[in-house]
Amino acid sequence: MLLIKCPYCGERDQSEFTNGGEAHVTRPKNPEQVTDREWAEYVFIRSNPKGIYYERWVHSHGCKKWFNAVRNTSTDEILLTYKIGETPPPIKKFQNTLKSPSGEPDVGSGNFTVKKP
Amino acid sequence: MWRSPEPRKFYDIIIVGGGGHGLGTAYYLAKEHGLKNIAVIEKGWLGSGNTGRNTTIIRSNYLWDESAHLYDHSLKLWENLSTELNYNVMFSQRGVLNLAHNEHDIKEIKRRVSANQLNGIDSHWADPKEIKKLVPIMNINNCRYPVLGASFQPRGGVARHDAVAWGYAMRADELGVDVIQNCEVKKIRTKNGKVHGVETTRGIIRAKRIGVVASGHTSVLAETAGVRLPLQSKPLQALVSEPIKPVINTVVMSNAVHAYVSQSDKGELVIGAGTDGYNSFTQRGGYNIIEDTIRSIVELYPIFGKMKMLRQWGGIVDICPDASPIISKCEVEGLYFNCGWGTGGFKATPGSANLFAHTIAKDKAHSINAPFSLERFVSGRLVDEHGAAAVAH
Repeated sequence: MLLIKCPYCGERDQSEFTNGGEAHVTRPKNPEQVTDREWAEYVFIRSNPKGIYYERWVHSHGCKKWFNAVRNTSTDEILLTYKIGETPPPIKKFQNTLKSPSGEPDVGSGNFTVKKP
Repeated sequence: MWRSPEPRKFYDIIIVGGGGHGLGTAYYLAKEHGLKNIAVIEKGWLGSGNTGRNTTIIRSNYLWDESAHLYDHSLKLWENLSTELNYNVMFSQRGVLNLAHNEHDIKEIKRRVSANQLNGIDSHWADPKEIKKLVPIMNINNCRYPVLGASFQPRGGVARHDAVAWGYAMRADELGVDVIQNCEVKKIRTKNGKVHGVETTRGIIRAKRIGVVASGHTSVLAETAGVRLPLQSKPLQALVSEPIKPVINTVVMSNAVHAYVSQSDKGELVIGAGTDGYNSFTQRGGYNIIEDTIRSIVELYPIFGKMKMLRQWGGIVDICPDASPIISKCEVEGLYFNCGWGTGGFKATPGSANLFAHTIAKDKAHSINAPFSLERFVSGRLVDEHGAAAVAH
């Protein structure tokens, strides 16, 4: 289970939160001019990186506020949480500790938050 | 069993992913389409991904015609697979129950049973009396969510997961397919809108056609070729108990309380849990998920209350917005995807492999997998199987 730092309430257990998928997805500006393909992109297609991921959470059993988080999906480490409306920090700011492009650690299967000294 | 050849510099067809689906695809390409110069490239050992991590449930009781045809095509292949491969995949048609715990479940399951029957699938509505007869150890009325009925598909069952990968690998190898293990594909190379080859941990291998069947990592690979797929990767967990004497001789699944269980031939209870509520590539899953499942299992089967669990694990599943798979070409010429099987790909292994081989060989979908193209997300013609998928996600 994760320990998540709500920007309003501080660190709480994951069971208080609900994940809201990818963050910073913007709705097309001129819906009437958007093609079916562009709609498909907006409605169905989301990033699914193995590594640094910007996502939304809601503190459903707490302050009920939405916020954003940066998490490494190959380790589940939450690197940062920030309020809705704040500018997302550039991806370069976060070090992806994984060696291979597909993010496979040398040994094991991405289990290394628990293996850390 | 099979050779371990050095990868050649060039193949006509490369299949990325050495699970059941990938090895099966190579087998059918060689067997049914007479193609040669084929390789299967696997980053670990054969069946080390979701083929070796699932709960081996096989059934075809899906709601929509498209899915019913797809999964029943697979089930029919399962029924002859041991003979076809001359290798025992231990396919056991012990039946699958899908339980109803509330009024909505009853309506949804009865509707699905009727749809199944119209599609010639052997599903029927079982009342609590029949369920109790099939599974005497089940607590059907002294619990928070009593069992009000179920759908029962007698042709459903389980099979030995590793045997499926090994059987396909052996026969594909005999037909000249190069099965290359411990070789990770890192990037798909394209040139002028066509596939060019793959970059692997053992160098660059060129190919005319590439089929990607990498389950949870499919979208990561697709991204390297500039293709964005409507997939989200999540851990799906399962666990097995210590072995005990035969106590449950069918497969029981419950969507509402989220517990499903069967007993392996070794005597272990094989228990399937749900997916985590967030994207992740960590092959372990959250503890709260198995806690939920165990709670439901113990309530449904009080007899299991003091059992010890031996192992728990997670596999990374790729989930589509409509809980249906993608077996499709894409905008890059010569690049094919077989993915999005989400939480229920094992049952489809032979059918998926068979149809994917057809799609690659003919560069055109078979009529059974035509509705499962990438195009459906543009046209909006989705095949919504969230009800039949049985794992909440």
